[in-house]
Amino acid sequence: MSSTAVRETTTSTTGTSSSGARLFRNPWRHPWFLEGFTWLYLIWSLAPIAIAVLFSFNKGKSQASYQGLSWRWYWGDKVNSIWHNPQLHAAMFETLKLSAYTTLIAVPIGVAFALGINRWRGVLPSSFNYIMILSFVVPELIFGVALFFVFTRMPGLRVAGLGNWAEILGLVTWNVSWPAIIVQARLVTIGKQYEEASADLGCTQLQTMRRVMLPLLTPAIFASAILVFSGVIDDFVIVDLLSSNASNTPMSVIIYSTQHGGNGGPALNALATVMLLLSFVVAGIGFLGYRLMTRGQRVDGQQALTAIAGAE
Amino acid sequence: MAHLPPEQLEHVPDPAARKRARKRAGERKPYQPNRGFWILLAAPGMIWLLILFVVPFYAMLAIGEGKLDRQTESPVAVYAPWQWSSANLGNVWRDLFGSGAFVGVIAWRTIWYVVVASLLSLVIAYPAAYFVARFAGRRKGFFLVLLIAPFWISYMMRMLAWIDLLQTNGYINKVLSFVGLGSPDWLGGHWYTVILGLVYGYIPYLILVLYAGLDRIDPSLIEAGRDLGLSRARTFARVTLPLSRQPILTGMLITVLPMLGDYYTNQLLSGAPNTSMIGNLIEGQLATPSAGQGAILSLIVLLVLLVPMIYYVIQTNRAAQAAS
Repeated sequence: MSSTAVRETTTSTTGTSSSGARLFRNPWRHPWFLEGFTWLYLIWSLAPIAIAVLFSFNKGKSQASYQGLSWRWYWGDKVNSIWHNPQLHAAMFETLKLSAYTTLIAVPIGVAFALGINRWRGVLPSSFNYIMILSFVVPELIFGVALFFVFTRMPGLRVAGLGNWAEILGLVTWNVSWPAIIVQARLVTIGKQYEEASADLGCTQLQTMRRVMLPLLTPAIFASAILVFSGVIDDFVIVDLLSSNASNTPMSVIIYSTQHGGNGGPALNALATVMLLLSFVVAGIGFLGYRLMTRGQRVDGQQALTAIAGAE
Repeated sequence: MAHLPPEQLEHVPDPAARKRARKRAGERKPYQPNRGFWILLAAPGMIWLLILFVVPFYAMLAIGEGKLDRQTESPVAVYAPWQWSSANLGNVWRDLFGSGAFVGVIAWRTIWYVVVASLLSLVIAYPAAYFVARFAGRRKGFFLVLLIAPFWISYMMRMLAWIDLLQTNGYINKVLSFVGLGSPDWLGGHWYTVILGLVYGYIPYLILVLYAGLDRIDPSLIEAGRDLGLSRARTFARVTLPLSRQPILTGMLITVLPMLGDYYTNQLLSGAPNTSMIGNLIEGQLATPSAGQGAILSLIVLLVLLVPMIYYVIQTNRAAQAAS
């Protein structure tokens, strides 16, 4: 009753005021200011990227002014294009290699860790759970420095040295929290009833895992694999600190070390564009795959989008 | 002992007989998973984290508290705490707070860069996330794709994009000189360029957290606020803002923590010593004889950040428990 009274007073006041004020008081008016602000933000955040992609097709050597369309920096140039420059070439494959290895190692470890920690109650598992979450928030530089010391100065682990192995070990540790956190969140929403039902029907624990839990967890595992893979493509600090020479330097480090302190030329833009395409392909696969795996469940496109971006 | 009722089964003394009785009664064992199975599953991850996450921090401490090999000019780790020397700690302390302290200046600069950049990020990200979560309506999917897109674009690519735009003969200056504002040297070592880079670099992560949090607010709560006679602004202040406190805090942590360890943004966008941050200092000392001081500095940063990090860990855990 009180709410209707309030509504009446609002309508009566709007009725007497000017049309501008009425527009302002309309509770369901579209927030044009907010929408305009959002558009401005989107333009600010995406237009520079579009221009950088455009420069990768530049005919000239400049990264600042556009001189016409060409494939020069992709394969036209016999020396500096990404097709012909062995360093840029190698960086591309190095990134893919690191992403693949890290995903293949981190996801199984993280998923098993999540399952075990979530069900095994006690001080030890919960303190390791805290350590895992800590590894998610500690600044990457501090962690990278600690690993650098391990691989260069520590008697036992020094044998690995800097390079591919150090990078993969570091990246796995840095990324293992993705599957561990996402799978644990999913386990909480699944609950225990499926597990109990399958045990009631006579399954062993291993069978329950394989036939019941893993299928239920598939979308979560898949989303975390996508996150790890694309996270490694984007990663810079760990690979920068732990790479040792040109043969194990991925794309992000090449872009950084070539660009800082000078003009890297449009070949770098071309390399970055390849990186961008790679990430978008991974995101696309992630989105479609997630939709496919959650068919029949109440998951819409927006939820799938946020899930593969790790914000569910 | 033909067909005992289930509640009496437990009182059968002989285990084998109890089992037989159970079978006869057609009752199955209650679900009691074997704990060893869970331990086996968790063990690889635990060992991995122990060796490659816990041990490295101890190694860092051992280097920081260790000594310097005068011949090879390289730091030597000392693992036994009773043999630790505080030479590096003393040096770092003097650099931080003593007269002629150059680290102190860098530390303060880092703090104010990070504070300004993270607040700016929040002011920009919140309205955009709020609009997409609340008012985008049917176009929500479309806006969401655009909002999330930068998350999939590599950090280096995003920095490269601004380097291209901000060159002295770049597009920004072309526009500026067209309207008669001259052509400033953006990349010549200025704090505002570095802050722009930090905001641009870390805002995608913040906006994602904010969107997820704001999207979860039940619209009926906001409608209730409006129905009870609050104006739009007051509904926002009394309902939406308090409900978005948690995402704001998480989002700020997720941007502030990596910003504090950033050493590449200012290298790319300025490269001048007058904009260097604590990250540059740590990274620059890594392969030098003063690596031990870098280790101590890293540990000090870690110690300062321990409170917000633990807060984050507890919040994450509490959220997981609340959901179950």
